[in-house]
Amino acid sequence: MTSYPTTLLAEITHRCPLHCPYCSNPLKMVGAREELTTTEWTRVLSEARQLGVLQLGLSGGEPLVRGDVEELAAHARSLGLYTTLVTSGIGLTPARARKLRDAGLEHIQISIQDSDEGSADVIAGMKGVRQKLAAADIVRELGIAFSINVVLHRANIDRVGEIIELAGSLGADRLELANTQYYGWAFENRRALMPTAAQVAAAADVAAKATTVYKGRMQILYVLPDYHESYPKPCYGGWGKHYLVVMPDGRTLPCHGATHITTLQFDSVRDRSLGWIWEQSSAFQAFRDDAWMQEPCRSCARKTIDFGGCRCQAFALTGDAAATDPVCTLSPKRAIVDAAIREAADSPYRYRYLHLEPQRS
Amino acid sequence: MAITTASVPTIWRLARLEFDPVRQQRVLLYPEGVVLLNDTGASILELCDGKRSIADIATVLGERYACDVTADVIEYLSQLVDQELVRD
Repeated sequence: MTSYPTTLLAEITHRCPLHCPYCSNPLKMVGAREELTTTEWTRVLSEARQLGVLQLGLSGGEPLVRGDVEELAAHARSLGLYTTLVTSGIGLTPARARKLRDAGLEHIQISIQDSDEGSADVIAGMKGVRQKLAAADIVRELGIAFSINVVLHRANIDRVGEIIELAGSLGADRLELANTQYYGWAFENRRALMPTAAQVAAAADVAAKATTVYKGRMQILYVLPDYHESYPKPCYGGWGKHYLVVMPDGRTLPCHGATHITTLQFDSVRDRSLGWIWEQSSAFQAFRDDAWMQEPCRSCARKTIDFGGCRCQAFALTGDAAATDPVCTLSPKRAIVDAAIREAADSPYRYRYLHLEPQRS
Repeated sequence: MAITTASVPTIWRLARLEFDPVRQQRVLLYPEGVVLLNDTGASILELCDGKRSIADIATVLGERYACDVTADVIEYLSQLVDQELVRD
C-alpha cells in the first residue's frame, strides 16, 4: 500500500507581478486560460484530504491574483486542512487579509528579496519593497502565523545578518533562509546566482548564531545550499511518499521541479482523481521506494537517509533521472557540480516572464 | 529550559490539535509541519491547557492508567518543548 501524503502544494496560478530569476516555476508556464476553475480546485482539495493530506500550501506564481483564494481557504478549513498562503505580499490589502483569516487561513508566508531596497527591486525585477513591508505589517496585525521566506544567492547572501534583523523587526514568527535550489528559472540563472564557498560558510555561521539568539521569538530555518554540501538533500522524504504538487492546469507532480524530467508524463486532475494519480500514475511510481536505484546508491547505507538525492537534479545534471544525485561526493559525476560552482560569476539575470520575454538591451 | 512538575505547559499558539479521520489518529498541525500522535501523546497534549501544571496532568493520567506517569509526561513534553511546539 502507498503511504498517506501529508502535504499538497497547490500552484493555483503562474501569473505573478514579480520576475525573480530563481523562481522554481517551470520555464514553460501555464497561462490564465488554462488554470483550473474554483470548482475544480475545490474538488482537488476535498480529494487531497480524503487521501490523507493535512498541510496545504496555496502558492503560485502569486496566488492573490486569483479572486477565489478566500473561497479555497474556507473550503480547506472546513476539511480540517492547515493552510499556508505563499505570497509575494503584492496585492494583500488589510480587508483581503481579514477575509482570508476569517475564512480560516492559518499561516501567511511573505517573500522578501533582500534587506537592501535597491537590491531587492533588482532581484524581483520590479519596485515592490514598500508594498511588501506594508503587507508584513498587515499580516503581523492579523495574529495568525507569519513567516518570511528569503531565497539566498550570490547577490544577497552577504547580508544574511541584516536580513535576519529585518525579519525580526517585522515581527515574523518564522524565517526561512532558503539557499537557492537550481530548478526552473534558477537553473537558467545558476551562474549568476551561485555563491562562493566562502560566502556560504560565512552565512551558515551567522544563521546558526542567530538561531540561538532568536529562539522563542522567531524560528530560523536554514535551507542548505546543496551544491556546496557533501551529500544530497532527502527530497521531500522520498519520491511519492509525502508530497504532491498540482500545477495551475491540473498536472500533478511528485515535487515542483519534476517537469525538468522530460522523460516523465504527468497526469492531470482534469482526467483522473488525485487518489488515482497518487497511487497509480506512472510519474509517481517511477522513483518510489528504491527498486530504481543504481550504484552507488543501491548498496549505500545512506539510501534510507537521502533516498539517492533529488531525481530532478540527477536528470538536469546527468541526463539520467535514476542516477545518483551528483551533489553526492560518492557520485561518479560530482565533477559536474564542482564545475558549476567554479563557473559562477557576476552576470546578468534572465528574468522570469510568463509570456514573451522583453528584449534586453 | 528543563521542565519540572511545576511547569505549566501550553501548546504553541500557532499549533492546533486535530483528529484525522483518514488515519484515525490525532495530529498536531503547525506552520509547515505535522506530528502524528499516538494515543498517549494526544492524551497528554489535550491536557496542556495553560492552566494545569505537569503535576496536575500526571495526576489525571495517573488515575486513568492506574500508575505514576510523571516521568513519562516530562520526557514526552520535553521533546516537544525542544521543538518549540509546547511552551512552558
